[in-house]
Amino acid sequence: MTDAAELRTRTKELLAAHPPATTDRVDFLKARFDAGLAWVHYPEGLGGLGAPRTLQAVVDAELEAAGAPDNDPRRIGIGLGMAAPTILGFGTEEQKRDFLRPLWVGEEVWCQLFSEPGAGSDLAALGTRAVREGDNWVVNGQKVWTSSAHLARWAILIARTDPDVPKHRGITYFICDMTDPGVEVRPLRQITGEAEFNEVFLTDVRIPDAHRLGEVGDGWRVAQTTLMNERVSIGGMRIPREGGMIGPVSRTWRERPELRTHDLHQRLLKLWVEAEVARLSGERLRQQLVAGQPGHEGSGMKLGFARLNQEISGLEVELLGEEGLLYDDWTMRRPELVDFTGREAGYRYLRSKGNSIEGGTSEVLLNIVAERVLGLPSEPRTDKDVAWKDLTR
Amino acid sequence: MMMTTTQSTQPDLLYSEEEEALRAAVRDLLSDHCDVAGVITRTETDTPHDPELWKALSDGMGLAGLLVPESLGGQGATHREVAVVLEELGRAVAPVPYLTSAVVATEALLACEGEEAAGLLTALASGRTIGALAVALSVAPGGAHKTVRNEDGLLHGELTGIADAAVADVLLVPADDGGLYAVDGDAVTLTPQVSLDLTRRLATVTLDGVRARRLGAAEPAVRRALRSGAGLLASEQLGLADWCLTETVRHLKERKQFNRPVGGFQALKHRLAQLWLEVVNTRAAARGAADALATGSADTDVSVAVAQAYAASVAVHTAEEALQLHGGIGMTWEHPVHLYLKRAKADSIAYGTAGAHRAALAELVDLQAP
Repeated sequence: MTDAAELRTRTKELLAAHPPATTDRVDFLKARFDAGLAWVHYPEGLGGLGAPRTLQAVVDAELEAAGAPDNDPRRIGIGLGMAAPTILGFGTEEQKRDFLRPLWVGEEVWCQLFSEPGAGSDLAALGTRAVREGDNWVVNGQKVWTSSAHLARWAILIARTDPDVPKHRGITYFICDMTDPGVEVRPLRQITGEAEFNEVFLTDVRIPDAHRLGEVGDGWRVAQTTLMNERVSIGGMRIPREGGMIGPVSRTWRERPELRTHDLHQRLLKLWVEAEVARLSGERLRQQLVAGQPGHEGSGMKLGFARLNQEISGLEVELLGEEGLLYDDWTMRRPELVDFTGREAGYRYLRSKGNSIEGGTSEVLLNIVAERVLGLPSEPRTDKDVAWKDLTR
Repeated sequence: MMMTTTQSTQPDLLYSEEEEALRAAVRDLLSDHCDVAGVITRTETDTPHDPELWKALSDGMGLAGLLVPESLGGQGATHREVAVVLEELGRAVAPVPYLTSAVVATEALLACEGEEAAGLLTALASGRTIGALAVALSVAPGGAHKTVRNEDGLLHGELTGIADAAVADVLLVPADDGGLYAVDGDAVTLTPQVSLDLTRRLATVTLDGVRARRLGAAEPAVRRALRSGAGLLASEQLGLADWCLTETVRHLKERKQFNRPVGGFQALKHRLAQLWLEVVNTRAAARGAADALATGSADTDVSVAVAQAYAASVAVHTAEEALQLHGGIGMTWEHPVHLYLKRAKADSIAYGTAGAHRAALAELVDLQAP
């Protein structure tokens, strides 16, 4: 088993052989990947050393201290957080070898073609069709809420390959080439004025069977890996007090006494307490994961933060009074990242409305807590044994 | 004004193996000695508190002395262990003077120097002597409270709302000369007050020229005692809330109406999931306060105020939902949920309301009132 001391040694060797000050950024990242220091819990030869995941912090700290470049993980979050673990779990040796290195280095951006206009919370009802033609699959359909689609080289895609069986069983998981002429990406403008996301129209897109992930008809199970990793990557960060949405409104309160009212004061204090408790809950979850005691608590974090972000930013707009009637910029833009602190209160208010919809609606997450954590029965299901083609539309 | 918006170290919010072992031992003892039907019956007898349970907890397990140093006959443990005991006592809504004697009175004595206080600490640690701080249960840390008159060394006056005074062998009484005094329980007139909380009763304490031993200055002792009381009460509230949620989930899985388990209806599932989120958050807040008290963190005042400002409403909300979701049975005297509702509601006033703790936070984190 690789231990912390050995990882430190390997990191120092990498830094000695490829001094960050004189090495091209991408060359350094490739060397880091080849040294097994990209994600140490991945297997040897695929950017890792088969070491415990928690030891990644040892490598990261050494590299940061040495001023080494990173792979800009926020820019390639979907690749790192969702595509990579799925490829690792279900990919062929060839797929792992071809895709993981450029993914991690950031040469190839990934996006996720899951949600559809007709399949949101009920994702398994998706209707994008993939039909086999020789060694290829021909894909037709429409996907939505795709971040990075306009930047992406590859996509993870789920599509219906068998409409004659119940919905969960007729889905297959693919890797889709975003440069295929049948892929059309259109910006999807949001209530904030900008377009973080896209609509993706797929018209006779040809995907070689070699780019299938997992078995035909097993796509739903493969997708669970992707979605589970989405939730893991949402939790797990250490946040300082007032590190979230409560920070800007607290600063405004301190700096601008003329805005204060008794009503706002009571509401601010209540939200401040709730934000601090949510932060402590996240910290407790983090400590549990580090101690190797994963709990159910992670299921609830997103629910809490979604509501808090919405209430806090709503209060902030109100606190601003006359200024709260203004908005910083309605221009249609294509931001690469969601930036809650770089914009004003009105933007935070509008953007945080999406927090209770994206990555699982709060209503669905409450069902998940009720059923998986508390063990309560599910609602009677009428869709489990019905062929997809016969579902109510 | 000092800003307390950053902390150098994070509190340890987990339970250690030893703490889990302590929890298991206390829970075992409570399941043998503190059945909830018995607690209901006991509320209408002359001994609403449970002396045998108290003896088992203190004499048998040494839990009354957790906060007392070993040199004074205690266990030399910390608020973290006390918090675990309080979670379990809350879960059982146990009618014992643990919070009042082993936490609040003990902390007041720990703030006093001298042999009188040391002797009392040893006595309280054994559990054979029960102590009570003669400050109304509703007073927040740093809040104004009543005192008695010291006239030539004899104490005169009446104090109301004193929790567990009826079972106290010694009362710690603040006087108008700024001193804290020890008074024997049988030297005062105790008048039980009909209390909302059937398992933690209040009494009026009347002193009519009582001789008393001075322990030290009242202000720091009372402040320290109430701060620990408020911070650790969050763990009791966690235990109460956790019982209410667990029992309600169990009931709704078993209860059938409309040819299905009632717990399968989404309208009810969402309410239970919401309660679960609140309980999870309360656990983090309560652990934060207990750890801050245990380590003497500079962040203790904030941690305690946050925990109490949050946990009070969660305990009440959970108990109220438990009653509602139990339907008619929840409204009966026979079903125990009312004990939890009464305790939770009383706890939301004990050692300061959530509003009082939010007002304290406004100063502590510099979010000043208009």
